[in-house]
Amino acid sequence: MPSRRAALGFLAASVALPQHVFAQPLSYDLRPVPVLPGIWMIEGATEYFSMQNGGAIVNCALLQGETGLILIDSGSSRRYGEALNTAIRKLDLRGVSAVVNTHHHPDHFFGNQVFADKPILALGQTGALARAEGDSFSDNMYRLLGDWMRGTEPVAPNTVLDPGEVMIDGRSFTALGLSGHTAADLALIDAETGLLITGDLAFLDRAPTTPHADLAQWQTSLDALVAIGAPAILPGHGPLDRTGASLTQTRDYLIWLNETLTKAAQNGQSMVEIMDVALPAEFAGMGAQPQEFYRSVSHLYSGIERAVLPRAN
Amino acid sequence: MLRSTLASLAIVLAGPAIAADTPHVQLTDPYDSGMWDYHQIKLLGDPDDIRFDDRIKVRAPEAAEDAFNVPVLVDATALEDVEEIVVSVDYGPIPHILTYRPGDALPKIGLRFKIDQATAIRASVRTKSDRWHVGGTWIDAAGGGCTAPAQAYASDDWEEKLGEIHGRLWAASGRARLIVDHPMDTGLADGIPVFIIRNLDLSDDDGHKLASIELREPVNEDPAFTLFFDPATMPPLIHVAGRDNNGNEIEATLMAGEAN
Ligand SMILES: [Zn+2]
Repeated sequence: MPSRRAALGFLAASVALPQHVFAQPLSYDLRPVPVLPGIWMIEGATEYFSMQNGGAIVNCALLQGETGLILIDSGSSRRYGEALNTAIRKLDLRGVSAVVNTHHHPDHFFGNQVFADKPILALGQTGALARAEGDSFSDNMYRLLGDWMRGTEPVAPNTVLDPGEVMIDGRSFTALGLSGHTAADLALIDAETGLLITGDLAFLDRAPTTPHADLAQWQTSLDALVAIGAPAILPGHGPLDRTGASLTQTRDYLIWLNETLTKAAQNGQSMVEIMDVALPAEFAGMGAQPQEFYRSVSHLYSGIERAVLPRAN
Repeated sequence: MLRSTLASLAIVLAGPAIAADTPHVQLTDPYDSGMWDYHQIKLLGDPDDIRFDDRIKVRAPEAAEDAFNVPVLVDATALEDVEEIVVSVDYGPIPHILTYRPGDALPKIGLRFKIDQATAIRASVRTKSDRWHVGGTWIDAAGGGCTAPAQAYASDDWEEKLGEIHGRLWAASGRARLIVDHPMDTGLADGIPVFIIRNLDLSDDDGHKLASIELREPVNEDPAFTLFFDPATMPPLIHVAGRDNNGNEIEATLMAGEAN
């Protein structure tokens, strides 16, 4: 099967690339920022994947373990994983001791390749989904990111993490097995600091993404996360949240999205017409808008209108 | 994916040879796809009176998020006396998506289709005086929508739902919307034969034909259409009748709902 990787290789061999491509190899500028004692965050751009950002749009967390740093989510490419490795060794010479993937979206696990010899933990279903969908994600990521993806192969998590009280490299967590953003979403509470790491169940100032969303389940999961009352929240995308705003903002946006699409179905609109909707001010300023709204129309509208429209035979 | 790549490659390679067959009227393609001459001859029958026309609005997202369900809205209401609207892509194993004959309806239709690769999409509109007016837009895509098996086969009950229609009319806005459950198999996936709805005809309660849609393989699985009428003349009830290539009959009645 001719993959996009093969196609890229062909292009590289046959097309004379502009000189600056060779002069400045693509590189990620990853800067771990301390957020709590023994915890760092690498904050992604609140954008969609692009040739400019190289797919560095996701948040990664680093937590001090007994034998190295525990990495939560590994980024969008092999090159990103390598940049993580370099940045992490400046914090702890021993490097990464374990990796956790919050869910199976490519920006959260495509850096795994670099850490394939370490335990890579995820919910069981996340592993199955990463194996099932990794190749098609990969094709799409090569299309979106081009040479940033060079050499990247999807590596699924290698260790099942069951929900409950867990110890990872000597550090205690509560692992929550939730769903709604995807069919399997892991949230982690760090026992020592109370930090809540939500994966993509929460976004802050960046539009939530819905390619595998179940909006009702997602709201249930958000309710469970609000009930925790965490002193600090590290969302999947967007800045560190010390007020709970990521949970309420994600909840409000998803409610608006559901109401907007339901109303459109009740009015007989087709998808293209819905894309003319002006986003309310509170959501228009989110990163990656209006593209994420357009994507959500594609993801969600068919199901919603099937439920809304009456049977005609 | 392999089959689609080969199929499109064959079309591309055939390009220069076909270009020798110059159409009667040679146009300057605003999307410069290199394929339009070919479709002008093969799909439209090489008409003598044809032009690109900005009044034909073809709207779609810049990039296809879901290759199986790319939404398009075609609006030719700026023209009078529209007989038919041929919707097609320049690149894809099967270029022709559908032909809409609006009849008593407005020459405007919302649809979804399966995209195979980045391509120009066109609406070629023929008026009663046999003049063709062509509008279009460009859609970027990761592709593969045409060559994958229908997603319905992942569930057990697709056969029970075959031909099930959801839909209704909106009297105030002159809209009709319908969704027909059907796999719409293109025949391009290995071992799965063509299985598509051929036509959907709309008529009023007296049996007077209002409009008709001729569907081709690239129409999405579970075809979904919005059709538009002048609210003043839209009948209170519209019958839908159609047939697929296996002889299954499709029948439904659209009525105005409670709200709007
Ligand atoms: Zn995600």
